[in-house]
Amino acid sequence: MKEIIIRLITVFGVLGVVMTIASGLIWLERRLLGLWQDRYGPNRVGPFGLLQVLADMIKVLTKEDWIPPFADKPVFIIAPAVIMFTVLMTFAVIPYTAALYVVDLNIGLLFFLAMSSLGAYSVTLAGWASDSKYSLLGGLRAAAQMLSYEVYMGLSLMGVVMLSGSFNLREIVEAQKGLWFCIPQFIGFVVFMIAGVAETHRLPFDLPEAESELVAGFHVEYSGMKFGMFFVGEYLGITLISAMIATLFFGGWLGPVLPPISWFLIKMFAFICFFILLRASLPRPRYDQLMSYGWKVLFPLSLLNLIVTGGILLAR
Amino acid sequence: MFSLLRTLWMVFLHTFRKRVTVLYPEEKPSIPPRWRGRIILSRDPDGAERCVACYLCAVACPVDCISLQATEDERGRRYPEFFRINFSRCIFCGFCEEACPTYAIQLTPDFEMSEYDRQNLVYEKEDLLISGPGKYHDYNYYRVAGLAIGGKDKGGAENEEPPVDVRGLMP
Repeated sequence: MKEIIIRLITVFGVLGVVMTIASGLIWLERRLLGLWQDRYGPNRVGPFGLLQVLADMIKVLTKEDWIPPFADKPVFIIAPAVIMFTVLMTFAVIPYTAALYVVDLNIGLLFFLAMSSLGAYSVTLAGWASDSKYSLLGGLRAAAQMLSYEVYMGLSLMGVVMLSGSFNLREIVEAQKGLWFCIPQFIGFVVFMIAGVAETHRLPFDLPEAESELVAGFHVEYSGMKFGMFFVGEYLGITLISAMIATLFFGGWLGPVLPPISWFLIKMFAFICFFILLRASLPRPRYDQLMSYGWKVLFPLSLLNLIVTGGILLAR
Repeated sequence: MFSLLRTLWMVFLHTFRKRVTVLYPEEKPSIPPRWRGRIILSRDPDGAERCVACYLCAVACPVDCISLQATEDERGRRYPEFFRINFSRCIFCGFCEEACPTYAIQLTPDFEMSEYDRQNLVYEKEDLLISGPGKYHDYNYYRVAGLAIGGKDKGGAENEEPPVDVRGLMP
């Protein structure tokens, strides 16, 4: 009984914290973009504008939740829920500290890859169900981009799996006690990071939504809280990828002096800030550039990384 | 590839730059004195209204936001019976100020005139009229104009001589 209660507390605690971080990122991103563009960003609502999120929430909840008459209604409604579902599911397998995790899954890494692949359905279905040309183009791009970047996202992680000899994320972190995997797996780290940016379709790889060409891509027709779910889903995705980078390459909760959970959060937030810095500074590539960059540069690079890591492990 | 990293670094360096934003309601921006803001009607150094109700401002106004009615007082001075500016229409172009022959209508560096009710943006003469001479301290139209009014006959203005009697024989 006590066991179950502790489990429940962990589940809802993690859910609450993750949702708070993801929605807080809306504020953080706007403030950081402001900082890097020599302006302030939202600083009116509450201390440092922190309650901006709350104000935005109230606004988005009171907006008309419009479903276009030409849309495929059930799919249109399910699509935003899918992205939230898949991303939140993945947070279950991440070990926050040695003791704090929702499930200690022995295929945690595969589960993460599977769930992020399922996330592609969300944007594709949203683009399809909206029945509008911009949405469809956005959805198509999202499908192609996420499928192709999925490949070497997985491949880049196989080096980590080889070194640690496990798919279990907790064991992967514990395998990094001596040396963080970002050093022996530097190429894997870089490839995973780029694939992660593409996976969460963040700038510079936000071609599925590309405001300047596709209006807003797959979520053109969405409004109210359904749009809000895509929005929060995107920030959840950033949080997830940052947490995964911290776990897989930067030793998760490992670190001196400070308690483990704070090390995890520090690493995660550092990568979140880096994601926002990417958005603040890099322009969006053309679509064919994105695809050829993926298949012609990152794919061979991750294969090479795999071969070299395997060779070194065999030779040892 | 290198240029991308350089871009990232240079954007990151902006963390330590000073922000250019002026936090407006707390920190007032400095506004040039010739700023075209809220319109006022000024007075003579003597304290009388400058406006002679010539309608030139109303004619010059491209959005027709000025309306007035001329009348005369017992001394023969023209003045507006009412003078109304609809600031919800006004585009602050300053044409009225340029058209005004007596420097009566002037634009000021005040721009904080928001209202919740649109009707409150219609300013009447008592809202427009100020107690001072505005930008032109010493100018007094009736003191330099040749027009005869009560208390000042023809030729009584500054830099003006009494009219010559063309029928007289005296040099």
